[in-house]
Amino acid sequence: MHPVEHFSLFARVLHWLMAVMILAMLFIGIIMVTTVEPAYHRLVDLHRPLGISILLLAVVRLVNRWLIRVPPLPNTLPPILRLAARLSHIVLYALMIGLPLVGWGMLSAGAYPVVMWPGFVLPPILPHDPALFAALRRLHTWLALILFGVVLVHLAAALMHGLLLRDDVLPSMTGGRGNRTADDSAS
Amino acid sequence: MMAAIRETLAEKGGWLRLAAVCAAPTLLVLAFALAAGWLVPGRLTAGTFMRTFGLVDGPHPGFRRNHAKGVCVTGWFEGSGEAVSFSRAALFTRSRSPVVGRFALAGGMPFQDDEPEKVRSLALWIMPVHGGEWRMGINDIPVFPVRNAADFNDFLLASRPEPQTHRPDPSRMAAFLARHPETQQALALLKARILTSGFADDTYNSLDSFAFINGEGTITPVRWAMVPEQAARPPAGPGAGRDYLFHDLIEALAHGPLRWHLVVTVGGAGDVTADPTVAWPAGRRQVDAGILTLVRAESEDGGPCKGITYDPLILPEGIAPSDDPIPAARSAVYARSFVLRSGEPKTASAISRADIRPGEP
Repeated sequence: MHPVEHFSLFARVLHWLMAVMILAMLFIGIIMVTTVEPAYHRLVDLHRPLGISILLLAVVRLVNRWLIRVPPLPNTLPPILRLAARLSHIVLYALMIGLPLVGWGMLSAGAYPVVMWPGFVLPPILPHDPALFAALRRLHTWLALILFGVVLVHLAAALMHGLLLRDDVLPSMTGGRGNRTADDSAS
Repeated sequence: MMAAIRETLAEKGGWLRLAAVCAAPTLLVLAFALAAGWLVPGRLTAGTFMRTFGLVDGPHPGFRRNHAKGVCVTGWFEGSGEAVSFSRAALFTRSRSPVVGRFALAGGMPFQDDEPEKVRSLALWIMPVHGGEWRMGINDIPVFPVRNAADFNDFLLASRPEPQTHRPDPSRMAAFLARHPETQQALALLKARILTSGFADDTYNSLDSFAFINGEGTITPVRWAMVPEQAARPPAGPGAGRDYLFHDLIEALAHGPLRWHLVVTVGGAGDVTADPTVAWPAGRRQVDAGILTLVRAESEDGGPCKGITYDPLILPEGIAPSDDPIPAARSAVYARSFVLRSGEPKTASAISRADIRPGEP
């Protein structure tokens, strides 16, 4: 079998780390807003720094993606799916960066302190404006649900590639089947 | 591509592969629905409380869902340095921190009449210059009537007016009290409290327990009260006016500053922190942590207390939640109330700008 062109190790580590963080974040978020038990404030305390971490890692990842070659999609993929793959990745990146920014902006507009950990508070990025707070708070929920939807499609597509098409797409991110990396082929 | 899929499906176990592709996202959706409480009806959420306040008090868009009738006040808090050995929060040092506060009546009706026995509250937002803000909402009752969020929701529902009579059904509250002896005891303490003339000469209690953490990391269970310097006067008789509590406060502030001492009570061995219906025994160590000075009243219409929430879990470093379940519930419910009212059209509040500065528009 031909060798697989992998994503760079750095890109793969970022991908799987962020996959865990984003799923954790979506579940923390939905539990947080549907409970009034003491878990509420512990989840809120976790949600804010985790969200900012995702924002920072997403920026690193975006720069990394621009700088380092990405394995191409297989030629056998129809153009429509190629376009869907491209668009869904743009949406994923936009939400990985946009969702934490909306969260940060919403807390800023609501005059909430954006506490990372006790004693460390981020500055507001928007002026105090309750109507804006209400609008951004709703936007935050909708964007989170859209992110969850895109993550589900992403997961289903990855499994389709890995289990049904059995092409190079899934192993390029898991690092399976062979050892060639995108870094090697670029050099 | 379709040919490759057909080929896979024709193999032994091919359909199992397809099932796996579908199963993973489906399981995630199920897990999400389970986490959200969509599969089990009746989960107590902030939304439950919004519905409950709607049933008890009716819809009042643009207003806080509880403690709806209020007025903004501003001033400052000056730490005495006495509490520094218990908490490393900056505001306890000998320094001055600006304050935006709010006096209010408990209940979700923004135009209810003032009456002596209605529960009065004071909300405070203390903002030390170099960060470490503290928000609180404290009340002029000795203990909280219930132990946790679920009981509070049931307690509110038991007091809701009947659609026909517009009055609560006494049998509902009797049934609740029969199940909750702790509420019977708490309500007896509430009833026995000494009423004062108004907001200015009243004492406001944290009710909930929190933890102070000092520079060495030592944790101390605490409750606190704002104790007035103003001498207590007896409550007004009938016919004092529908907004007399607020008008008296505005008049008092027009004559000069009002002051309270932040008296912190240090919990002793065996004092319950998880149950706000239980008062701590008298004689506990008390620390005078500083003085709150209020100098100015402003209407909520355009005033500085309208667009913020007095979330009791916005705490500075050096103050932390305890195992008391009520503050987390208040935090969650206030957040929901804040989002809803901030997105709703505004109605002028009972205490208008004209009430505060007669003659000005």
